[in-house]
Amino acid sequence: MSDMTAEAAPPRWTPSRDEDAALVAGRGRFLDDLDPLPGTLVAAVVRSTRPHARLLSVDLSRARAHPGVAAVIGPDEVRAALRPFPLSTGAAMPYLPTGVDKVRFVGEPIAVVVATDRYVAEDAAELVAVDYEDLPAVSTARSGLADDAPLLHDDAGSNVATDRTFSFGDLDERFAAAAHVVTRRYEFPRYSSVPMECYSVIAHWTEQDGGPFVEAWANFHGPFSMVPVMAGALRIPTSRLRLHVPADIGGSFGIKAGIYPYVVLLALASKHAGTPVRWTEDRVEHLTASSSGADRAMEFSAALDAEGTITALRADLVDNVGAYLRPPEPSTLYRCFGNITGPYRIDAVGIRARAVVTNTMPTGLNRGFGGQQLYFGLERLLDDVAAELGLDAVELRRRNLITSFPHETATGGVYDSGDYLAALDLATKNADLPELERRREEARAAGAHYGIGTALVVDPSGTNIGYVGLATPAEQRTPGRDKSGSTEHVRMSVDPQGVVTVMLGSVPQGQGHATVARKVAAQRLGLPLEQVRCVIDMDTATTPWTVTSGSYSSRFAPLVTSAVVAAADTVATTVRAAASTLLDDVDPDTLVLADGEVRTPDGRGVKFRHAAGVVHWDPAALPPGVPARLYAEAEFSPRETRAATADDRINSSLCYGFVAEIVAVRIDPDTLEISVDRVSSVHDAGTVLDQTLLDGQVYGALVHGLGGAAYEEFTHAPSGQPTAATFLDYLCPTSAEAGFELLTDHVVSPSPLTPLGAKGCGEGSSMSFPVAYANAVADALAPLGIDITSLPLHGEVLHQLLHDRKDA
Amino acid sequence: MKAAPFAYVRPPTLDDVLAELAGGDGKVLAGGQSLVPVLAMRLGRPATLIDVTAVPELTEHGPTGRSGYRVAAAVRQRVVERDPAAQDVPLIPMAMPFVGHRELRSRGTVCGSLAHADPAAELPAVACCLDAQVEVSGPGGARTVSAQEFVTGAMTTTAGPEDVLTAVTFPTAGPGDGFGFAEIARRHGDFALAGVVCRVHVTGSGAVDSAVLTGFGISDRAVTRDVAALLATGEREEDLRPATIELAAEMVDTGGDTHGSTGYRRRLFAVLAARELARALRRAREGRTTT
Ligand SMILES: Cc1cc2nc3c(=O)[nH]c(=O)nc-3n(C[C@H](O)[C@H](O)[C@H](O)COP(=O)(O)OP(=O)(O)OC[C@H]3O[C@@H](n4cnc5c(N)ncnc54)[C@H](O)[C@@H]3O)c2cc1C
Repeated sequence: MSDMTAEAAPPRWTPSRDEDAALVAGRGRFLDDLDPLPGTLVAAVVRSTRPHARLLSVDLSRARAHPGVAAVIGPDEVRAALRPFPLSTGAAMPYLPTGVDKVRFVGEPIAVVVATDRYVAEDAAELVAVDYEDLPAVSTARSGLADDAPLLHDDAGSNVATDRTFSFGDLDERFAAAAHVVTRRYEFPRYSSVPMECYSVIAHWTEQDGGPFVEAWANFHGPFSMVPVMAGALRIPTSRLRLHVPADIGGSFGIKAGIYPYVVLLALASKHAGTPVRWTEDRVEHLTASSSGADRAMEFSAALDAEGTITALRADLVDNVGAYLRPPEPSTLYRCFGNITGPYRIDAVGIRARAVVTNTMPTGLNRGFGGQQLYFGLERLLDDVAAELGLDAVELRRRNLITSFPHETATGGVYDSGDYLAALDLATKNADLPELERRREEARAAGAHYGIGTALVVDPSGTNIGYVGLATPAEQRTPGRDKSGSTEHVRMSVDPQGVVTVMLGSVPQGQGHATVARKVAAQRLGLPLEQVRCVIDMDTATTPWTVTSGSYSSRFAPLVTSAVVAAADTVATTVRAAASTLLDDVDPDTLVLADGEVRTPDGRGVKFRHAAGVVHWDPAALPPGVPARLYAEAEFSPRETRAATADDRINSSLCYGFVAEIVAVRIDPDTLEISVDRVSSVHDAGTVLDQTLLDGQVYGALVHGLGGAAYEEFTHAPSGQPTAATFLDYLCPTSAEAGFELLTDHVVSPSPLTPLGAKGCGEGSSMSFPVAYANAVADALAPLGIDITSLPLHGEVLHQLLHDRKDA
Repeated sequence: MKAAPFAYVRPPTLDDVLAELAGGDGKVLAGGQSLVPVLAMRLGRPATLIDVTAVPELTEHGPTGRSGYRVAAAVRQRVVERDPAAQDVPLIPMAMPFVGHRELRSRGTVCGSLAHADPAAELPAVACCLDAQVEVSGPGGARTVSAQEFVTGAMTTTAGPEDVLTAVTFPTAGPGDGFGFAEIARRHGDFALAGVVCRVHVTGSGAVDSAVLTGFGISDRAVTRDVAALLATGEREEDLRPATIELAAEMVDTGGDTHGSTGYRRRLFAVLAARELARALRRAREGRTTT
């Protein structure tokens, strides 16, 4: 072996993940690479060009007559066949995959053309004649709330889709007794994650014994609670909808959870075409009509005692969820419910949570879901409090940090582990705070601007879907219909040569699940990596799944790897028993799996593969009661994530990690360009399963945060027309924008709730960076008396702020 | 995002190109970096695309005459960027890295950029500042126009629908020349929010005898001004700033957008103009042209 490697030329590139070699060589299997059904036709979607209009008529006749067109469906076909999607609340805001009576955002589907290829489909799509009666439009949360705002959904009588108020602890008393009360309004912008691969669907409707059957392929990654939602809209039982997810998905970061209405729409198109139908979303469609994070208008109030201890917090949150309350919205409001007080000891909390519909693309999951909005308010408030009280912003945070774990929050969260002070200390040490302060002095002396910003965020992972229940008042929740938890399944098998296969239905979108699952299984079974492989497959007809399945809310590290451990332990039990038959029937419980062997305490051993071979070839030799089965199906389903209580408390995630981030920015006093000078980011994700992948998640989330902080925004003209519908205007940061000094580090507080101690780590800096950046810019401009209350921040925005100040 | 149907031809001679253009419902296809997105978005739907890259004389580039550098219509931006002879027009290597990204420049042509006439494009601004000469062929024969006359507005030029821009000749630098180039964009490779190109010429004694400044991204086209008088107000950036602020108020008249309002573009233009003029003057006096 060693001789062979000595002679071989050194590899020029060693992939750091199992997935990479195939992806780099163009051997990925994305949905567009698959052609599972012969005779599949291609669809193009006709979309609204108006932000808000009544559909007076939709004439499909010319499109239907166009050569090469197999079918065209529009509002009539949708109304006749589909039921509105079941919503998370009782709002009278029916949502169908096309507008039927009205259109409510630019890009909303109106019709689908099915043709021989996409060119012909787009030619025919131009022939669909839509007669609109324009209505006034609103595009922001505050304008949607206004008394005279145009109504999007007439039956609802209001644009407020949900409005709930919560109070925990002696809130009013604390505010009444406070030495200081600081109240501020903030606004968080709307942006996405912009996956490289857009939405893609193949759908096939067939009539079978017992009724219609829909088979679909989509680059959908959950939550699989949307599978019954899709079936509901199609008026078929969940068992008659078979969904396949390709092994490779080109990114999502939550955005592709919004694909499910298109699966329903394409299934209906297939029914009319009589063939399978494929639709691949283009970038303009993606930027106008897929999904994005919700923008939020908010007001935060802190009550403080004379020493600067925060005694109570009020948060008034108004999410702009777009034209419909598309499930899983209004979850942006609730995903961080248990950690709404962040890393601080605050035991009295008041919350008002509202979602407003406006004439914009519907919102949904976006990396850092609900966290980037929440922490923008909370951590901006901490800085504003510090400024008002004349305290150092870091010192104020230190005074209020939680220091013992587990810690139960006022809203029901249970922080499993952490060491927030250690992480903060490490972040400030790595940042070399005195040096940054010196740079700030120097810049100010030279008439330039330099600022330092901090953000401390609790990073939830392993969502408890029970939080969706909070959108409904406790007394209206149906008894016996509670929701809770977060289950994951993993299957594992061992072949006659002892090769272990880990089968994941975890629908990864590029995170490297296979790399980590393989490593965890190999370690658990004492096998060399080469003896373990990982297969990714999701087919709802054959892969075990639950409504919580999917790749979202940083579930992989806490939940999936825990199920890998459970499956490996089941396999190991059988392998030990089989090995005992080769080792003079020693007690299997005394055997240890290591180095590809099964060993006795006195050092005798047999190969793992020989033990596995016994199960395959000589099962009759197995000890009584030992199953002749090297196939395990294991589940991890933590019981710490229960349904919401009658008093509206919930542990909204299983694990809570932590991020301490310090950002320093320099602002050119002439051009007002902002450049990031240094970032120090310390993460606590519990046990680190793979350093390279963790680093990749930290960098990726941080640059995603930079996008929202400085570049990306879905903007709208006063008319309601989107003004960032192509990459000419929707600006994602590129490597050229990410060249700043970045110092990352970790503290490790293993979770007591997962077998490996791991927590999720996919989202952290996407929640912390936007506000840390805003705090840095605010610090830089504080001498000019400029108040920072929103994002993004770039030269043009600062120019306007300075200009407004001059006018004042 | 698929183009409407069109025909495609790749004629071997300039005469064939002109014959294909006759009628006016065709469009010249050069590098395709601006035209293809327009087709894909169905913002334009020409009946025929006439690819000019197979015409041998349109692939030429290099020194011409005593003080010129000529680039014909099929020559890619990247080829010019890597051509040592192009260094004799110092503004070309200064501006070229800002024209989109390297990948785009490997397809996009210099002449295509001029013909496209985006108000925020770098190469038309360089051509205007240097008063480059543009060669146009059409039904009426061949003619040469100065770059400033060629560009008449946003995405519009004096080339008609039956014309083809065959080449552009930039004047090479001589003793006493100094140049400046700068732009500010939201991200590297984006079209500029505001940019400036300038050329200052000094006499043997160091006195300014001509100074030209072109702004781009600030109006419906690149705008050029004689700034010799302005340079009399000072030599350092700080000293020039009051005059460039006034100049910005006059020259910057674009409506602006979410990335840069008119006011912000004025601010940027004033800063860049003062900075680059001071730099160009210094370079001219030190005989270094660009560094
Ligand atoms: C992502 C992106 C970023 C970009 N960033 C920049 C930037 O920062 N700065 C910048 O300047 N440009 C930028 N561009 C545009 C790019 O530089 C184009 O290459 C250039 O504008 C057009 O050159 P082309 O050869 O590709 O022309 P084409 O796309 O082939 O043609 C463009 C237009 O000019 C006409 N045309 C082309 N050649 C001739 C000719 N010889 N005679 C008559 N008409 C002709 C065509 O008919 C068409 O109308 C960017 C493009 C993209 C896609």
